[in-house]
Amino acid sequence: MSTATEIGTRHFALVGTPNSGKTALFNALTGSRQKVANYPGVTVERKAGVLKTPSGHSVHLIDLPGTYSLRGRSPDEEITRDVVLGRLASETAPDLLLCVADATNLRVALRLVIELKRVGRRLMLVLNMIDIARRRGIEIDLDRLSAELGVPVVTSAAVRRGGTEELLRRVDEMAAGRLDPSGENTWKPPTTGELRAAQREADRVIAAAVGTPARPDTISARVDAVLLHPVAGLFILLCVLFVMFQAVFAWARPVMDLISSGFDALGVAAHDALPAGLLQSFIQNGVIAGVGNVIVFLPQILILFLFILLLEDLGYMARAAFLMDRIMGGAGLHGRAFIPLLSSFACAIPGIMATRVIDNRRDRLTTILVAPLMTCSARIPVYTLIISAFVPETYLWGWVSLQGLVMFALYAAGIISALGVSFVANHFFLRENYTPPFMLELPAYKLPNIRSVAIGLYTRAQMFLRRAGTTIFAMMVLIWFLASFPRPPEGAEGPAINFSLAAMIGYALQPVLAPVGFNWQISVALIPGMAAREVAVAALGTVYAIEGGKEAAEQIGHALASKWSLATALAMLAWYIFAPQCASTLAVIRRETGSWRWMAITFSYMLALAYLAAFFTYNVAVILGAG
Amino acid sequence: MVDAAPLTVPCRPLGQANRGFCGRIHAIEVREGTHGSAAPEIESRLLELGFVEGAEIKVLHEGPIGRDPIAVRINDTTIALRRREAMAIMVTSLNRSA
Repeated sequence: MSTATEIGTRHFALVGTPNSGKTALFNALTGSRQKVANYPGVTVERKAGVLKTPSGHSVHLIDLPGTYSLRGRSPDEEITRDVVLGRLASETAPDLLLCVADATNLRVALRLVIELKRVGRRLMLVLNMIDIARRRGIEIDLDRLSAELGVPVVTSAAVRRGGTEELLRRVDEMAAGRLDPSGENTWKPPTTGELRAAQREADRVIAAAVGTPARPDTISARVDAVLLHPVAGLFILLCVLFVMFQAVFAWARPVMDLISSGFDALGVAAHDALPAGLLQSFIQNGVIAGVGNVIVFLPQILILFLFILLLEDLGYMARAAFLMDRIMGGAGLHGRAFIPLLSSFACAIPGIMATRVIDNRRDRLTTILVAPLMTCSARIPVYTLIISAFVPETYLWGWVSLQGLVMFALYAAGIISALGVSFVANHFFLRENYTPPFMLELPAYKLPNIRSVAIGLYTRAQMFLRRAGTTIFAMMVLIWFLASFPRPPEGAEGPAINFSLAAMIGYALQPVLAPVGFNWQISVALIPGMAAREVAVAALGTVYAIEGGKEAAEQIGHALASKWSLATALAMLAWYIFAPQCASTLAVIRRETGSWRWMAITFSYMLALAYLAAFFTYNVAVILGAG
Repeated sequence: MVDAAPLTVPCRPLGQANRGFCGRIHAIEVREGTHGSAAPEIESRLLELGFVEGAEIKVLHEGPIGRDPIAVRINDTTIALRRREAMAIMVTSLNRSA
């Protein structure tokens, strides 16, 4: 079996507890030569990269999800366990396990090392953040530690220049030598008694090889006195979230407008360059609009992940979860769900991608499920159009704008329904998993490493464009196809869309949508409106044969005011609070959960809520005389 | 259940401790039926985070609502956990004033 090429590529795996600096080390070792994807069929992120050792060996390195043991309490930890044990069919069993430990916090890490020794694979302990440990006066006798544990030990400082030289040299030696398994696999899930015994053994090793720290980490303690303060801490968290929300919502806007108008201009250029016909429409409205619809999300995703990566590296994310735990916990959401849900007010797509900060699968699925209920910015054009056309510009008590009040009610309805859905999902549907306890290490504060953050941003952008982008693009082309085929017959009157498949579907849906007060024009506009919610406004304009232009929206408003009843308009608003009218969101849910099932569940529950809400609103409005 | 000096070593759950409490872990006793997770699971998780008998702990912070969760210093790490889970950690006080 051992041909020359097989010796050429070694498979090493990084294992370690959360907050051991494992990912920073992975970034330092592989740089941009890494690929982030999902393990087949699960939401767990797979990070792999290639590392060239000084003497030219190439090592395939995989960064396994952080874990305190191999017991596999969550899908992430099951992946770590299965890869370490060589049970995962899609993954080559690692030749060497690099167990990464925070040198300032060895107790828990050494217990993991003792457990890993039973797996029977070659093992090396990497004492990461050794620079911080030395600065804090922690003296570690490496030879003694290695002898006591029976495992080679090497130090590293992932975020320092040259901090991985010693590690690379040892990896080089390992890659060149023989890497047969060191023994039989005798690992079994440890009992509580074995955990205690292993911890006692770890404590004994530490007593023998590690000098007690002269200076404890007083900086983190002092910062926490402010940041975890019941009043000041919450206030600062709100400020951080406010700035983040502003950034995703407002700072991204100019860039997004620039991208939109750039693609519009490109579309017009293509339109002018090509002969009129199907190809022209396909290039302009299918391909260019489709690509534009993918790229336009990038600014928000990059800004949001810049904040998330900085806060995570800084160590603040765990503190935010600490502060928000009770508030979110009431609705069955994890403290960390706060940031994804807040971001979803700008757009559900970065919000759903941001749920990666939640480790627990169940908490993450609940958050993904309710994120599209947050009133995203694409709903604003629909809301403002209908509100300005139907809600009078009056003031209650002289100062409360009725239009503003309706807008506020729509936002509130989104939030309340999100909390309700998560409560129901947790208590009735996701019960097969027990309630995960909230236990979280609050890591010492650290300055974020610019290079590591840059690599994180780069891999996010790449993953979005490659994976989510392709699905979004495919859906855009499909929607274009539905709205353009078949072509209207020669000399036909009325807009072309009225002869298309979209119109046929709209007509077919009409009897179903009649009870919620939707006429056939709305039914038809809902099909292209699947591309994005705001597209429905333009689609209504098309269906009502209104020429585009600056005043289009206003004209559509006038047209609607004369053609819809108030009950229909209110039903439409209620529909848009819930309706899964966004192909991109569905595509991202499909990608992030790795299953069509969760996309289908989200689509169906939102559709059901939309229908019920619109039905209720329409009929109550009709009874009250607004029909 | 045989304690050398049960009367002189008052033992209470960490879940009831206030901010500033210093103590030593006496036992990890998860009572069945009081948690969403199975008792051995909670016990294992606590052990994996370093909550073992004999370890010294200090309650550093309390959450803003209902003083829950709590942040506990154990050796050189800080762990956040809910009071519900902390009820399983029996501690003896090391506070001079207490």
